[in-house]
Amino acid sequence: MKNENMLIIEAGRAEKHYWADLWRYRELFYILSWRDIAVRYKQTVIGIAWAILRPLLTMIVFTVIFGRLAKFPSDGNVPYAIMVYAAMLPWQFFASSVSDSSNSLIDNTQLITKVYFPRIIIPISSVVTSFIDFLVSFVILIFLMFYFKFNPSWNILYLPVFLMIAFITAAGVGLYITALNVKYRDFRYIVPFIVQFGLYISPVGFSSSIIPGEYRLLYSMNPMVGVIDGFRWAILGAKSTIYLPGFLMSIGVMLFFLIFGIYKFRKMEKTFADII
Amino acid sequence: MSNIVIKAEGISKSYLIGHKSNERYMALRDVIANKTRGLWSKMHNIRLNAHKNIEEFWALKNISFEVQQGERIGIIGRNGAGKSTLLKILSRITEPTTGRVSIKGRVASLLEVGTGFHPELTGRENIYLNGAILGMTRREIKAKFDEIVAFAEVEKFLDIPVKRYSSGMYVRLAFAVAAHLEPEILVIDEVLAVGDAQFQKKCLGKMEEVEKEGRTVLFVSHSMQAIRGLCQRAILIEAGTVVADGKSDEVIQCYLQVIPKAKTPELLEMMIRQLPFDPAFRLESVRLLQSGLPVTSSISNGEPLEIEVSYQVLERTIGLRVFFDLYDNENSLLFRSFNDEYAEGAPIVEPGRYVSRAVITADLLAPTNYELRILATVFNVRMCIPYPGICIPLYVERTGKSNRAYMIEPIRGKLAPVFNWTTNCLGGL
Repeated sequence: MKNENMLIIEAGRAEKHYWADLWRYRELFYILSWRDIAVRYKQTVIGIAWAILRPLLTMIVFTVIFGRLAKFPSDGNVPYAIMVYAAMLPWQFFASSVSDSSNSLIDNTQLITKVYFPRIIIPISSVVTSFIDFLVSFVILIFLMFYFKFNPSWNILYLPVFLMIAFITAAGVGLYITALNVKYRDFRYIVPFIVQFGLYISPVGFSSSIIPGEYRLLYSMNPMVGVIDGFRWAILGAKSTIYLPGFLMSIGVMLFFLIFGIYKFRKMEKTFADII
Repeated sequence: MSNIVIKAEGISKSYLIGHKSNERYMALRDVIANKTRGLWSKMHNIRLNAHKNIEEFWALKNISFEVQQGERIGIIGRNGAGKSTLLKILSRITEPTTGRVSIKGRVASLLEVGTGFHPELTGRENIYLNGAILGMTRREIKAKFDEIVAFAEVEKFLDIPVKRYSSGMYVRLAFAVAAHLEPEILVIDEVLAVGDAQFQKKCLGKMEEVEKEGRTVLFVSHSMQAIRGLCQRAILIEAGTVVADGKSDEVIQCYLQVIPKAKTPELLEMMIRQLPFDPAFRLESVRLLQSGLPVTSSISNGEPLEIEVSYQVLERTIGLRVFFDLYDNENSLLFRSFNDEYAEGAPIVEPGRYVSRAVITADLLAPTNYELRILATVFNVRMCIPYPGICIPLYVERTGKSNRAYMIEPIRGKLAPVFNWTTNCLGGL
């Protein structure tokens, strides 16, 4: 009787081996992410169009409303459209991650009640799918830069750092909402509202520099403020500035959501198969 | 000792069931409403009765058994006896409340064929997807790919989405992937009940191959024939406990003789609450009545049996049909009856609360065991109550006037209808 092959099932057991199991099931994680992406881009034209049109159209509306009609200032002399689009990218990624992952477990009920694997794989693979959309939308930014003859600075090399922060924030918030969504089945009606609301309280259509100094730290409680400012700084260069205390605050909030999200998700996970 | 591959020691599983609410899950609005009500009554010094509506239900109680390597074991029991819960624990979908199971070797469980199949993906893609879900590595799938395709007989359709497959092809492909798993222990739930007769034969053949390779199989089925043919040993589970464990033939005999325990109203209620959500149909209750009084499962065959199904229709639906199946004790369907048998076109059902009643006439059932299964469907669209449905065992007692003169005579068939006989004397000799 070889010990490494022994599987013990008892109350609370899966708990201890959770992260080891997650590693063992990594292949399933790849394949589930691949499935979601394959299904979305099956009809290539529609898939890509979806990833492009959503941020592009919202950007145009915001540029017209905030830039032209309300005449909000841009960061330095950066074209307003680019400033908005640089924020639209991480925002869209965050929003679709949160709303897709929150429904992911319910959509995969069949799987969950028939096969064992660490459930965290499912919402995280929705975040990965949204990330692919993000990459597709990113191509448009490059076109926009050509169109406005805008030269990015070397700051852009820091972009992966901010991407990572966006990813972790999306995953943390997504996990927490996923857990809520399974527990309270009417929570899904609230999610689109949160996402909609977030779009307006995050500095997507405007620069966060228009927020009065004394409220800036408070404003940075929204983790997406740090991410969006970071994106702008990386893409637009020094013309956009990062408000450091606010940025650190955003990172703190991000870490809080990550730990809290995983904790809540794990707590809920034990009973998933029983209540779904 | 060394060739024991599964050792279950006193496993139990309890579920908490809410008593009064019909909800299967919580809704945020209810939580908020309850909290507010609580606050309100606290402010006004009204004592809410702290009566809790939650009750513990033990789906499994202290189950212990051991399985030797290479054994094929059938698990039998009536619906709701706890078989599925046991399988779920063995396949780690849910954890036992107490007790422990030690398993040596890789376990693959097939609680359903085609788990995770995505209709938009092609046959080829689904083989990889399903394989990964069942626990195969990409390399293993690649190595077995041709064999799987040949087994499923879908070579020509590999690159079209499975949504265009016929249901036969779909099931064949799904089973083929499962059949090529190579775990040391295979846990199977009724998957043989799929496909046409020829394909079933092929599957049974595959299962026998599995045995030759020395793999251990746990097989849950309602088909006594399949259990008899495939398993040397069987375990009978009744109301969450092991009732018999031994040679298949003996245990099956025992199963057929056991008088089904009456299903308590709580259990029935719990089964109804555990039904998956359906957008148009919501089952409220199922009652059996004889001469106006509710009966649980002991039925007299001399009186008509009224089946009363209450439900809500949540949206306007065409072709919503409520029906029941009557099975005999060997799991063959005797008959099926729909609530709209006489409708000329598919009726349009408006939202509202409904009660459908059916009467099984007196002097039709034989004094034996049956299982009544309540189901609902939207014709040609989906099942509103998934198979096998709400299963209610019926133990019929002989009270009818028929055959009264010859009470000693045993049952004469699966049903005992009384027909209009006339016997005339044509004159003396």
